Amino acid sequence: MTLANTSVNQQNVNKAGLSKADYRGAPSTLCQGCGHNGVAAQIVAACYEMNLVPEKVVKFSGIGCSSKSPTYFLGRSFAFNGLHGRMPSLALGAMFADKTLKGIGVSGDGDSASIGLGQFKHLVRRNLPLVYIVENNGVYGLTKGQFSATAEKGLELKKQGTNPYLPVDIAMEALVSNATFVARSFAGDPKQLKELLKVAIAHKGIAVLDIISPCVTFHNHENSLHSYSFGKTNEEPLHEISFVPAREEITVEDFEEGTSREVTLHDGSTVILKKLEADYDPLDKVAAFKMLAEAQQKNELVTGLIYINPNMANMFDLYNLPDEPLNRLTSDQLRPSKESIDVVNNLMF
Amino acid sequence: MVEPIKSKIINDFCITFSTINGSGSATANTTLMRALFRMGIPVSGKNIFPSNIQGLPTWFTLRVSKDGYLARVQKDDIVVAMNPMTIDREIEFINPGGVILIPDDFRLPEARKDIHIYQMPVKKLVKDSDTAPALRDYIANMVYVGVLSQLLNIDIDLIYKALDFHFKGKQKAIDSNFNVVKSAFNWAKENLAKTDSYYAEQMNSTDGYIMTDGNTAAALGAIYGGVQFVAWYPITPATSLAESLNEYLPLLRKDAKTGRENFAVVQSEDELAAIGMVIGAGWGGLRAMTSTSGPGLSLMTEYVGLAYYAEVPVVIWDVQRVGPSTGMPTRTAQGDLTMVNFMSHGDTQMVILIPGSINECFEFGWKAFDIAERLQTPVVILSDLDFGMNPWITPKFQYPDTGIDRGKVLWEEDLQKFIEQKGRWGRYEDVDGDGIPYRTVPGNLHPMSGHFTRGTSHTEDTGYSEDPVVWERIFERIKKKIEVGKKYLPNAIEDNDQEASIGIIASGSAHFAVDEARDLLRKNGIKTNYLRVRSIPMGDEVGRFIEKNKLNFVVELNRDGQLHQLLKIDYPQFSSKLVQTAHMDGLPLTAQWVHDQIAFHLGGRK
Repeated sequence: MTLANTSVNQQNVNKAGLSKADYRGAPSTLCQGCGHNGVAAQIVAACYEMNLVPEKVVKFSGIGCSSKSPTYFLGRSFAFNGLHGRMPSLALGAMFADKTLKGIGVSGDGDSASIGLGQFKHLVRRNLPLVYIVENNGVYGLTKGQFSATAEKGLELKKQGTNPYLPVDIAMEALVSNATFVARSFAGDPKQLKELLKVAIAHKGIAVLDIISPCVTFHNHENSLHSYSFGKTNEEPLHEISFVPAREEITVEDFEEGTSREVTLHDGSTVILKKLEADYDPLDKVAAFKMLAEAQQKNELVTGLIYINPNMANMFDLYNLPDEPLNRLTSDQLRPSKESIDVVNNLMF
Repeated sequence: MVEPIKSKIINDFCITFSTINGSGSATANTTLMRALFRMGIPVSGKNIFPSNIQGLPTWFTLRVSKDGYLARVQKDDIVVAMNPMTIDREIEFINPGGVILIPDDFRLPEARKDIHIYQMPVKKLVKDSDTAPALRDYIANMVYVGVLSQLLNIDIDLIYKALDFHFKGKQKAIDSNFNVVKSAFNWAKENLAKTDSYYAEQMNSTDGYIMTDGNTAAALGAIYGGVQFVAWYPITPATSLAESLNEYLPLLRKDAKTGRENFAVVQSEDELAAIGMVIGAGWGGLRAMTSTSGPGLSLMTEYVGLAYYAEVPVVIWDVQRVGPSTGMPTRTAQGDLTMVNFMSHGDTQMVILIPGSINECFEFGWKAFDIAERLQTPVVILSDLDFGMNPWITPKFQYPDTGIDRGKVLWEEDLQKFIEQKGRWGRYEDVDGDGIPYRTVPGNLHPMSGHFTRGTSHTEDTGYSEDPVVWERIFERIKKKIEVGKKYLPNAIEDNDQEASIGIIASGSAHFAVDEARDLLRKNGIKTNYLRVRSIPMGDEVGRFIEKNKLNFVVELNRDGQLHQLLKIDYPQFSSKLVQTAHMDGLPLTAQWVHDQIAFHLGGRK
C-alpha cells in the first residue's frame, strides 16, 4: 500500500514526492482579489517547499470569511471548522491526539479579536505548537461590512458611519500573552509571507501571524490601514527574511557578515534576517513592544518577524506523554489491569 | 417532661451536626460516620453547606439505619449544636424524646421540654489538651466526637482508625485529635447520666462495602474507561470530579516500564474552552471528557450542538445543582434534564445517562466512552450534588465486565480494505444501515483518510452543501442513529410487586427516597411497582411499564416535573396515567414526602 506518495510526475515533485497540486484545496468561493486567497496560495507554497506530508497537517478555523479558507488549501489534510472565536480550544484538544502532527489554524480579526480574544490569548500563553494565522482586514465580511475590533479609530464605512473606538492590536496582544513567535505580514507581499510561514511552521511552539489581508468588497479604501493601496505604499519591513531548512548550507547570498542576523530554530533550521534601514533584534521582547507601540502611534504598517523565542518549552513538553501518538494507544494500554481494582477499593474507606 | 426510657432505639436514628463553615467539622463528622460504618451499620451523610469558605452556618446530617435506608429524613433525633446562631432553628427539628448536645457556655434552649439536653465543657477540654491556640477551633469538634461515642456506645478504637485514615497516617495530627476525643469520652463517662434511648450496636450489614462519593466514583470509572483527555473549569459541585482525576490518573495510568502518562488533563480558561478542547480531542480519536454543573453546561451548549451534528464523541458529566442562574450553588437538584435532552439550538437529541447509585457513577463512568464512540455523539451523564459531594456507602467497585468498544474507526489498513471492498468511503455515509458512519482520525496517513469536519451543512463526503435534500438526508440519518443506538444504553430497571397497580417512576438520586417510600406505602396498604430510568432516549420497557399500571407517579427533584414532561412527549397516549410528583428546595427528597404525595393523591381519588 502506498501512502502519501500519490504523485507520479517526478519532475515537479518535492522531497516528499508530492507535486504542488497535492497541496491545493477546493477552488475559492471568496471574492476575487480577497487577501485571504493570497494567503492560502502562500500556505500551499510554503508547505510544498517544506516537504510536508498533507496527512501530517491538521487545519483548524473558527467562523467568518477567513475561517472558510482552510477549504482552499491542503485538501488532503484533516480539518475542523469550529465555532466563532473558539478555534483555539478545538485545536488544543485535537493536537493532543497526535503530537507529531503540524497544526495550522486560520482565524480572522472578527474571530480572534472579539469573542475569541480570551481563547486566543490562553492558547498563546500555553504555547501549543500551532501556526496561528489571523487574516486581518478590519471588517466583518460575511455579515456585509461592519467594523471589527481591529478597525482603526475614525475609519468610515458605508453603512456604519465612523468607528468611534481604538483598535485591538493582534501582534501586541500575542506579545503581552507571552507568545514565543509573533510576526506581521501583508497579503500583498507574498515573498515575505511565504518565508514567515516557513519559520512559523518550523517553530516548536505557538506562532502568531497577524496578516493584513484586505477585504476588496467592504473595506479597501486608499487611506485605510487594511487596504492594498496603503500596504503597497506604506509597508515598512523590519528586515528581509529568508528561511533555510536544517541541513541546508547557508550561502553567501543569504548571509553577509555584518549586514544580517541569524536565528537558529530548535530543529536546526535557520532564519536569516537582512538588515534594512535600522537594525532590529527579534529576540529582544522589550524592543518588540517599543516597535509595536511606535507603529501604533504613527499608524505604520511594520511587517516582519517581530519576536521569536525559539527554545521555550511548548505545551507538550509540560506533559509526560508517550512517544507514540495518544490516539494510537490500544485498549490494553488504556484500561488499568484487573488486579488494580482491589488496590482502588482499598484506597477507599 | 421528658418521657422515661421505654426501650432502646438501636441503629435507627438521625444526627445533625450544626457547625460554622470553615471550622473543620467535616473531619469530625466523617470520622463518626466512618466509625459507625466500621461497626457494620448502614449510614448515610448529607452536607448542607453554604456557598462560602468561612463563617456561615453549615449542617451535616448523619443517618444511621439498620434497615439500610440511605435517603434524607426530615427530622433529627440527635442534634450537636456547635453554632450559637442557629440553636433556635435546630430545636424545632428534633423529634420528641430526642437529644441536643451543646457546649456549656451556650445559653440553654428553653422552647422544648420533651428533649434531652447534654452540656459539654468544650472550651475546658480543648484548653486542657495543650493544642496550639490556632488549632483550637478545629479540634473543638473532636469533643462532640468523644461525647457522642460514649453516649451511643461507639468503639473508640474505630474512631482512631477513622482518624488514621483521614490524616493518612500522620501521627501528630492523629494524636492531637484523638487525645481530645479520648478526654471527652472519659469526661462523658464520668459526668453524664444517659437519659436518652439511642444506641449504636455492632451489625454486619456493610461487609463488602466501601465509603466514597459520586465524584470520586465517576473519576475512577472514567479512568477504567480509558479517558485520555480531560478539560475542565472549577465549579461547585463538579470540581472534585476533575480533582479526583488528577489524583488517581497518575496512580493508575502511568506506564510501569517507560514512566510515561497516557493522558492529559487541562484546566481551561472557562467552560467554553473546556468543551472546545474535549470536542477537538474526541474528534482526534481520544477518549475525552469534561465535568461541570448547570452554569458551565449553559456555556457549553453551542459547541455540544456542533458535536451532535458533526458526530464527535465526547463525554460530559453534569453534576447538577440548583438553577437557573447561579441559583443555589451548594444545593442539589435534578433540574437540567430537559435542558440537556434538547441541548443546543435546532433539533437535537442528546444521549443521557442517569446513574442511580455510586456504583453506577463508576459504571457509567467507563461505559459512557463506549457509547459515545460507538454512536459518535456527545453523552451527558446527569449526576447531582447529592451523589457527587456527599459520602456514601456502596458495594466495592466492580471491574468493567465488557471490553473497551472504540466503535467504527478506520486506521490505514482498515480504510484500504474498506475501500477495496465497498469501492469508496465517505465520512458520513450509512454503510451498515444503522445510521452510524465510519470515521477516520487525524494522524491516519492513508491519502483518502482526510476530511473536513464542520458544523455547517455537509454532504456524506464532508463537502459544504446547502442542498435541502442533502441536509434532510444527513439530519434524518443522525436521528435514526440515536434511535437505533438505544440498544447500547443501560435499560430502565424494574422492581415489581405482583399485586400492585400503582407505578412509581424515578431516576438518579431520587431513588433513595422512593426506595424507602415504597416500604412506608406498603405499611399503609399501598403496593407499588417501581421503574428507575437510567438512560435517555428511553427504551420500550418504559412504555410497557407505564401502560400496565393504572397510575404512575413520576418522582423527581425539580419544580416542573421534567422527567414527567419527557415521558408525556414519548408516550402522549398515556398522559393521563402519569402524575407529576416533583418538588425542589435544594435538599434531597425524603421518603416521607414521597409517601405523603402518593398517599394523598390516591386518597383524594377515592
